[in-house]
Amino acid sequence: MKKKSLQVRIREWLPGYMFLLPAMFFFILFVVYPMIKGIIISFYNYTATSYEFNGLGNFIFLLKDEVFIKSLQNTILFVIGNVPLVLIFSLFVSIVIYNKSEFTRSFFRAVFYLPAVSSIVTISIVWKWIYSPRGGILNKIIESFGAQPINWLGDERYALTAMIIILFTLSVGQPIILYIAALGNIPKDYIEVADLDGATAWQKFTNIYWPLILPTTLYIVIITTINSFQTFAIVQLLTGGGPFYRTSTILFSLYKSAFELQNYGLASAMGVILSVIVVIISVIQYKYLSTDVEY
Amino acid sequence: MGKAKVSTRIDEVQVVGQKKGVSVGYVVAVIVICLFAAFFLFPFYWMITGSFKPMASITASSLEIFPSTLSIMNWEKLFKYPAFKWLFNSMFTAFGTMVLVCLTSAMAGYSLAKKQYPGREALFWLFVGMMTLPRQVLLVPLFTMVSKWDWLDSYQGLIFPAVGWPFGVFLMKQFSQTLPTELLEAAKIDGCSEFRTFWDIVLPLVKPGMGALAIFTFMTSWNDYFWQLVLIQSTPMKTLPLGVAGLQMEWGTDYGLLMAGGTASSLPMIVVFLAFQKYFTKGITLGAVKG
Repeated sequence: MKKKSLQVRIREWLPGYMFLLPAMFFFILFVVYPMIKGIIISFYNYTATSYEFNGLGNFIFLLKDEVFIKSLQNTILFVIGNVPLVLIFSLFVSIVIYNKSEFTRSFFRAVFYLPAVSSIVTISIVWKWIYSPRGGILNKIIESFGAQPINWLGDERYALTAMIIILFTLSVGQPIILYIAALGNIPKDYIEVADLDGATAWQKFTNIYWPLILPTTLYIVIITTINSFQTFAIVQLLTGGGPFYRTSTILFSLYKSAFELQNYGLASAMGVILSVIVVIISVIQYKYLSTDVEY
Repeated sequence: MGKAKVSTRIDEVQVVGQKKGVSVGYVVAVIVICLFAAFFLFPFYWMITGSFKPMASITASSLEIFPSTLSIMNWEKLFKYPAFKWLFNSMFTAFGTMVLVCLTSAMAGYSLAKKQYPGREALFWLFVGMMTLPRQVLLVPLFTMVSKWDWLDSYQGLIFPAVGWPFGVFLMKQFSQTLPTELLEAAKIDGCSEFRTFWDIVLPLVKPGMGALAIFTFMTSWNDYFWQLVLIQSTPMKTLPLGVAGLQMEWGTDYGLLMAGGTASSLPMIVVFLAFQKYFTKGITLGAVKG
């Protein structure tokens, strides 16, 4: 092949760059630049009245701050509570319905995706009413059995669990859709052979389904983890982080420092910590879970 | 291709297999799933009926699963607020974001999938790499940025920052990769300009992918509560979910009014979802395909 002159080559490359330009413009202006800016701000003592370099001051402060540590712990509890629930439930539902009629599949897909699709504000306020200590249906049911009413969101013992249930209903829709698609892609003759060999349902699951859907499982674990780390709206709308910071999350702390205390430097430091954790966890999960995937 | 024959045989085997072993376990599984379905649907039933319940039956201590009296009082109360303006704001924001995201992503996806130029791989990985980072980390810098530009309380503040998010580019790159290169080359040989090729050949072919992306972006924008919360400060510029969240702060225990607001702010999305379920499903599964 004859080597083309640089001018000719640039003319050939140009359309590619031109088509990329609009997306790149928005991306750099509203993602890349703010991200760099956010990292820089995290090293500053940046409040309504001051803007001065503070080194690692914000990070050191946060690692000693009881409220932040509590928010960090809660965020991790949200993840630990939600991810296994989502995984087990979505896998269970998908295996039962994936080879049923199109109507059955779309019906259940729609039902379980409904909370994710309707506004998060709606879900939050309906659950607030269901959990309400006075007049909430959950307590009405309990009282009809003669038990004492419980302040679900206001009692330290129940608040976090009550919130995880809401987070769970918000999280399962997408995994179910992904699993149904993944299971539908498994070649039918694998199952046929297993059936002819007289394999039990459990054998079919461990030897055929599970290895073949492992990449989907990996993806689901990662996105559910990342999404659980970003729990904010239900906290802001339902508990305000209470009782006694029992349901406060990193993002809720971030929001409070930025917009109630106007401590932008501290809020940015929380953002950096959150990003670092999310990235580390995604990398670990990817490394750990993808080693088994070989086919 | 003789494939149909094989698959009917497999279906028969499967049906036999089901009839043989799984009956009890299977029935239990179906019952469990139906119970969970009821658990997922109940909040919506409760919300919609709640929005028509008079105050007395909301606060009554008796357990009333089926409403005994209905009233439209809550809805009248809701529309004392600028709820239609809020609805318009949500619609306009979601629609604007959707159009811009679809257009820029389709162009960028086509470029990353089908064009040759230096730095292409690096740029693609820059887009993908940023996708895993929590978007909310950008909150403070974005907020200081748009307030400096006087974009607080504005449509451009609601729309443009959302257009920067690279998910659409990733999705459209995945989708554009399936386009036949020969077709694009043929267009070039026939003397089609770059823009014509994109507009008349690429765009119609990537329409299914764009449909999925459109629905997805619309939903994300409608539910982007965090950004709207910090950006919008005046009542008339609120989006519908934000307006309803405001009612919650103001009338924390007027559940009838809150249920009317909740119904109003989720109904448009539920209707869109039920009408375009196919595209939702496609968008979600396409996004999960590994590059």
